[in-house]
Amino acid sequence: MDRFWLFASTFCFLASFCYTVFAVRTGKPLHSTLNFVAVAAGFVLQTVFLYLRGEQIGRCPLTNLFEVFIFVSWSMTLIYLIIGPAYRLSLLGAFTSPVMFLIQTLALTLPIDTPQTFTEGPNGWLELHASLSIVAYGSFLMAGVAGLMYLVQDRQLKRRTLKSLFYRLPPIHHLTEANRRLILLGFILLTLGTVSGYFVGRPTDAYKVGWSVVVWLLYGLILWGRKGKSLIPHSMARASVAAFLFVLGSLWGITWLSGGGKL
Amino acid sequence: MKIACIGVSHQTASVESRERFAIDAHQTTAALREALKVPSVCEVVALSTCNRVEWYVVSSDLGFDPREVMQTRSPISELDLEHVYQHDFEETVRHLFRVVSGLDSMVLGETEILGQVKKAYATAAESQTTSIWLNKLFQKSFSVAKHVRSQTAITRGSVSVVAVAADLAEKIFGELDRCKVMVLGAGDTSERTARALLGKGVRSLIVSNRSHDRAVALAAEIGGRALHFDQWEAEFAELDILISSTAAPHFVVTYATLKKLMHQRPERPLFLIDIAVPRDVEPSVNELEGVYLYDIDSLESIARESLDARRQEMEVCQRLIDEHVADFIKWADQRGWNRMSASGRPESAPRTIISPTL
Repeated sequence: MDRFWLFASTFCFLASFCYTVFAVRTGKPLHSTLNFVAVAAGFVLQTVFLYLRGEQIGRCPLTNLFEVFIFVSWSMTLIYLIIGPAYRLSLLGAFTSPVMFLIQTLALTLPIDTPQTFTEGPNGWLELHASLSIVAYGSFLMAGVAGLMYLVQDRQLKRRTLKSLFYRLPPIHHLTEANRRLILLGFILLTLGTVSGYFVGRPTDAYKVGWSVVVWLLYGLILWGRKGKSLIPHSMARASVAAFLFVLGSLWGITWLSGGGKL
Repeated sequence: MKIACIGVSHQTASVESRERFAIDAHQTTAALREALKVPSVCEVVALSTCNRVEWYVVSSDLGFDPREVMQTRSPISELDLEHVYQHDFEETVRHLFRVVSGLDSMVLGETEILGQVKKAYATAAESQTTSIWLNKLFQKSFSVAKHVRSQTAITRGSVSVVAVAADLAEKIFGELDRCKVMVLGAGDTSERTARALLGKGVRSLIVSNRSHDRAVALAAEIGGRALHFDQWEAEFAELDILISSTAAPHFVVTYATLKKLMHQRPERPLFLIDIAVPRDVEPSVNELEGVYLYDIDSLESIARESLDARRQEMEVCQRLIDEHVADFIKWADQRGWNRMSASGRPESAPRTIISPTL
């Protein structure tokens, strides 16, 4: 029954994406408020789902790959709702909603919602560690979205082909800043998540630890390159998109390797 | 009852003709009150801009000639008649809706006219020369303008080289108040471009010219700082926007120079506006990361594309306006416009002043 809320949420993201594609292709005005409302509605429905699932299993809903996917999508939506209006990144929602739609559709269609059996009660440190890490990945994914928007806008400016999309995308300098700050936010959250993992009091999963270190180093290198000015905004945008694909692709593999995402 | 519009515009009359009918901003109230003294005139609004002078009039007499109102300012000669246009009820409504939406403007889709019409209406309302019909007509026209702008692409893009350059700067940097701009070569177009950027919020401007006196004069005129021409490269690392229009027969900004200079500021984009012919900036600099080069041809091409796009929107705008004209006529019919028009009696409703929606 809790899946109903998730279907409804997925529909909201699909509606937001379709509306944007329609507006851009036909040149009709794009009402960013409509997009924002659709994504906000999707977020509320995601939250309802996660709440109900948490109530049902008696712990933070991060017990299998299905729940991890939904939590990542929820984190991305949360970050969009916070930073989208603040940075006037009106089209960020349109670029984000297809990613959320894709993640949730995969989660809903693949047989990954396997119930877990627990021999121990909920562990506060473990839940903090997992949720902080997942929100950090959400932030990294949003940085990838901002990076993609930067590359699209940069290409249009370089080629001097100012199509309908050009007038709807935010200034390229805003995208650079959003990209940098999202990576920084994700890096801080991932560091906190990793540190909190030391207090879990259980044997650690070697695959997960190794993968977390790789992701942490990857984004650390990007930030270091940016700070040392060896990574210019264009390279940073490309790096964040590549890292985005790496995180999204490997999240599945690493969760599977470590036993279906069981906490 | 009769609603009419009479006037001259850039489409029908030369500036010499238009200026004869123009109304000085300080004399508008007096002109409106004088117009109201014309027998049978109940309501009047005067719109006077550099591109048009128009009177919107409501009269209680079906046979009223709107020229009587226009002649309160200046006599209309036989020669003027071919330049003066007038519209009756439905065409007046349609004309005003087209005017406020920028469809009748010299620069198609420009938005300045809406502010000018709002001001003209506010002056008339404050002078108590409007009542039920013109209040409704003008307030409706403001919502029509908003609707047309939001539902079509009639205002999208810019249609002049200077405005395109200023818009591109905003699309690269967002707010321009922290941008540092340098004008290299004090030509007319570069001056106008600099002024457009100042109008968009730029605060820091440097002018550099081979003739330093000219640089000093221009810097003083537009509020910038003059710099000797041989020193411009020293300021480059801090620059965000460079407007170049020197008369040099060779490239002033080369790929090799810029590549070296960009190393000093790798994290900041650079917008180069090259409006010189022959060009000042080597075209290959556009290949450098973070450098966006636009020459006069590319700016003109964008302006042309925007104008074409606006023209393509005309039909959609016209359709929207026709719907609103029908709405207004329906409202007027419900208020007994036809009845009053047939009887030719003045409306009985007292003159009520409604605050303009500004």
